[in-house]
Amino acid sequence: MTRRDRLRLLALVGPLATWLLLFEVIPLLLVLAVSFMRRGTRGPVMMAFTLENYRRFADPLYLGILGDSLRIAFLTTAICLLVGYPFAYYLSHLPAPRRTRWLALVILPFWTNMLIRTYAWIMLLRSNGLINNLMQSLGIIRQPLTLLYTQEAALLGLVYSLLPFMILPLYASIEKLDRRLVQAAQDLGAGPVRAFLRVTLPLTMPGVIAGSILVFIPSLALFYITDLMGGARAVLIGNLVQRQFTQARDWPFGAAASVILTVVSLLLILLYVRYFAPRGGEGWV
Amino acid sequence: MMGRGWGARLLGMHSYLTLAFLWLPIAVLVAFSFNTSRLNVVWQGFTLDWYRQLAQDVALLRAARNSLVVAIASTTMSTLLGTMAALALTRYRFPGRSVLEALLYVPLILPEVVMGVSLLATFSLLGFTLGLQTVILAHVTFSTPFVALVVWARLQGFDRTLEWAAMDLGADEWTTFRRVTLPLLLPGIVAGALLALTVSLDDFIVTFFTTGPGATTLPLYVFSMVKFGVSPKINALSTVMLVITLSLVLLAERVRRSQ
Repeated sequence: MTRRDRLRLLALVGPLATWLLLFEVIPLLLVLAVSFMRRGTRGPVMMAFTLENYRRFADPLYLGILGDSLRIAFLTTAICLLVGYPFAYYLSHLPAPRRTRWLALVILPFWTNMLIRTYAWIMLLRSNGLINNLMQSLGIIRQPLTLLYTQEAALLGLVYSLLPFMILPLYASIEKLDRRLVQAAQDLGAGPVRAFLRVTLPLTMPGVIAGSILVFIPSLALFYITDLMGGARAVLIGNLVQRQFTQARDWPFGAAASVILTVVSLLLILLYVRYFAPRGGEGWV
Repeated sequence: MMGRGWGARLLGMHSYLTLAFLWLPIAVLVAFSFNTSRLNVVWQGFTLDWYRQLAQDVALLRAARNSLVVAIASTTMSTLLGTMAALALTRYRFPGRSVLEALLYVPLILPEVVMGVSLLATFSLLGFTLGLQTVILAHVTFSTPFVALVVWARLQGFDRTLEWAAMDLGADEWTTFRRVTLPLLLPGIVAGALLALTVSLDDFIVTFFTTGPGATTLPLYVFSMVKFGVSPKINALSTVMLVITLSLVLLAERVRRSQ
């Protein structure tokens, strides 16, 4: 590389690298460091090494929160998969003009604010809301049902906001599938179910995994959805982190929770890269 | 390819229901923004009152202005950084390139809560006052990868022979960049910028942690309104935000496709 090339490269990369260092690397390292500190008296933290923050997670209360988080995230992912896969399959088989329209109808909610979409459900589910009032006026129920502030409501909120994140990678993967392979399987005598299980599903696994990661990780972290829809009934890791950094003012503990959340996310992504990233490097993007 | 059997029919029904599931709540929300009833439950009559109330809500207008200021400032910087990133990563080979690339795209997979609290911790412990400035810095950090991705995609199909031709004709590097590369990249850069704008306007979690008193943005304002209770005013505000976001996204797509 000539000297001029090197200067040009520095000009391009320098600001970027500096920015990433200042606003990504250092903050994340700081969180890691704070997770080993003590809660401060005059400031938010005190310079004293301790493993207490991580030990607290052995407490049944916090183990429960971890367990709830993983359970709800898993359920959200499973529901999104069960709903999303058939939808993506149908979408990929649509003729071109309709397919573009349907794709647009899936992508548009993907870009709208999740807070607004969650509010739509709050409007529908509250005791004075549309669903309850409709059922009461139709005589189906006498008293309003408690639909909001339940774990199920939180689950619904998460599924609703994250479904497009599952559909799009699935669609990308299914669309790439070589239909002739499925036909070959059927020519060899496999029924439609067997052809699906032995050919289609394994070949679309990258999409399944990508979609699952894109749903699972945010499920743990979208605290405002679980907060608004589930209240005290749906306290997940994301909510825990948020509380420690706001009301509880226990930054070290919140930092430890953040580290755990990040580690879980990283493990899932590594799993994807290790086993399912296509060798060609093209990916599903 | 689908077959006419009951399996295909079931699949079709499921898909239509899923689409309805995605859109009905939004449709209801928008519809009720025009409802005269304050309780937001039964349709009573058509009105634009709630929209009028929005225009008179001073706190709301201030939040909107803040959102706009943050969005424009952060988009400008992130478009610059993102474009530079895409150019550097596609055209040059240098030690640490994969590390840089990985770090660049980290905000896309890192849970926003973690990014939010990490920036909060950094800003506080370094003594920065939290406010619009810190929000802008945070927004640049997560918008840049979006711009980089779009410009990077645009660079993939880029015909470098055009640049070489320009240089053969006597243009120096900078002129070539200015007169050949940049105009050809422009749709991608603009599309990336529009996306960054959208992402910034909609952001809640990171803004939540990095903002300070008096520096509310629109999503934060909506959140506090929603926590307070349900009101058609929120519906009206939501509708406005939806229309803006969708317009930006459609515009970005149109720009991206052009040329």
